[in-house]
Amino acid sequence: MAEEKIVISSPLTSEVIEKLKAGIQVLISGTIYSARDAAHRWLIQALDKGEKLPFDIKGQTIYYMGPSPARHGQIIGSAGPTTSSRMDMSTPRLIEAGLKGMIGKGERSSAVKDALKKHKAVYFVTIGGAGALLSKSIKKSEPVAYEELGAEAILKLTVENFPAIVCNDIYGEDFFEQARTQYCRGG
Amino acid sequence: MREIKTSVITEAVARLCQEVNFELGEDVVTALKKAEQVEESSLGKEVLKQLLENARIAKKESLPLCQDCGMAVVFLEIGQDVHIVGGNLYKAVEEGVRRGYTDGYLRKSMVNQPFSARVNTKDNTPPVIHTEILPGDRLKITLLAKGGGAENMSRLVMLKPGEGRQGVIDFVAMAVEEAGGKACPPLIIGVGIGGTVDTVMLLAKKALLRKVGDPNPEPEIAELEKEIFNRVNNLGIGPLGFGGRVTALAVHAKVLPSHIASLPVAVNLQCHSARHKEILI
Repeated sequence: MAEEKIVISSPLTSEVIEKLKAGIQVLISGTIYSARDAAHRWLIQALDKGEKLPFDIKGQTIYYMGPSPARHGQIIGSAGPTTSSRMDMSTPRLIEAGLKGMIGKGERSSAVKDALKKHKAVYFVTIGGAGALLSKSIKKSEPVAYEELGAEAILKLTVENFPAIVCNDIYGEDFFEQARTQYCRGG
Repeated sequence: MREIKTSVITEAVARLCQEVNFELGEDVVTALKKAEQVEESSLGKEVLKQLLENARIAKKESLPLCQDCGMAVVFLEIGQDVHIVGGNLYKAVEEGVRRGYTDGYLRKSMVNQPFSARVNTKDNTPPVIHTEILPGDRLKITLLAKGGGAENMSRLVMLKPGEGRQGVIDFVAMAVEEAGGKACPPLIIGVGIGGTVDTVMLLAKKALLRKVGDPNPEPEIAELEKEIFNRVNNLGIGPLGFGGRVTALAVHAKVLPSHIASLPVAVNLQCHSARHKEILI
């Protein structure tokens, strides 16, 4: 992406989170966890039952992604973001449990935006439909939990310079709203 | 009477599943290149460039364009003088999908019981199959690998006839606005107008199969497509919702007669990774 990008690492620290304002382009390196629809349902069920989550979610970043299968010798198959709004119903609970970063595509609900603000967490967007390209930023992939879910299993991913944009920050700003207002014409 | 073996059909479907997921159609590539030229937002331009790069990598490495390799929607246009031999036609298509998705390392995205257990069928079956009987002795198989994100943002309404043309335009624009970045714009917008509640969405889906940007041959419908196109591209949503001019690559509308009481309108959204291909046997 064209403009200046800031390099950050995951897990995110509170100092970094404070610097992340909506619209800023970032390159993320470090550890992130994949989890989408089914894994979210299972994580919430675990919280409901008072069980320990299969990974320590405190300070971590979740990538809404279910990859295509890796061929022999590949780290991962195609690995782009899925639509984040389907996770909206689970996200505030996970943020309360300590989740600090989320990566996906598309707009979030106001409940999620409020939770981000209240608990100082950040939502990033990346390029939907660019799974082949984005897979190149993933350097390692290990299953962590729920392997029986196949493509929906939780994976621990090591990423290098994974491109994203800060979408919703701790200040209540929204990149999508800003972008749309800037380019909207007439009615 | 011309005989076509089911084994030929299975093989054709399997091949199509892989080809559509690895190679973006020339028409879509051309539309993305054109979009990159007209896009005003520098970020939007950059994103379009990356989508073209994504397509280049996918083709070169036989890596799926998108991790969502889609639900297999298969359109069969069967000539009435064709005799299918060697087994059940639908099973042959299903086997093709199974093989294509398994051998191609494509993601299997189908769950059996959608409102509770949601257990993955592990081979991307069953496909959705639409059949049509036409004159002639050929069989045309069109495979559309339809991703879930854009499908989820599709909409249907039964307008009052009095709402007319403007009602249609407003409804499509509203659907696109609500979809925002979720449906992976720039979109190809399939619009069905008329028919019944069941046929109107199929009409919208079939409209997605047209070569990107080719107008409806009927001037009045082509004019409507143009007006909707301009309207949605003024919404400011832009590539992936990151802001910009190019929210739609094209609007494709198809029309059917309808009841005196009805004006059905369906919007089937197609993400920029528009993956479909046909084969004539």
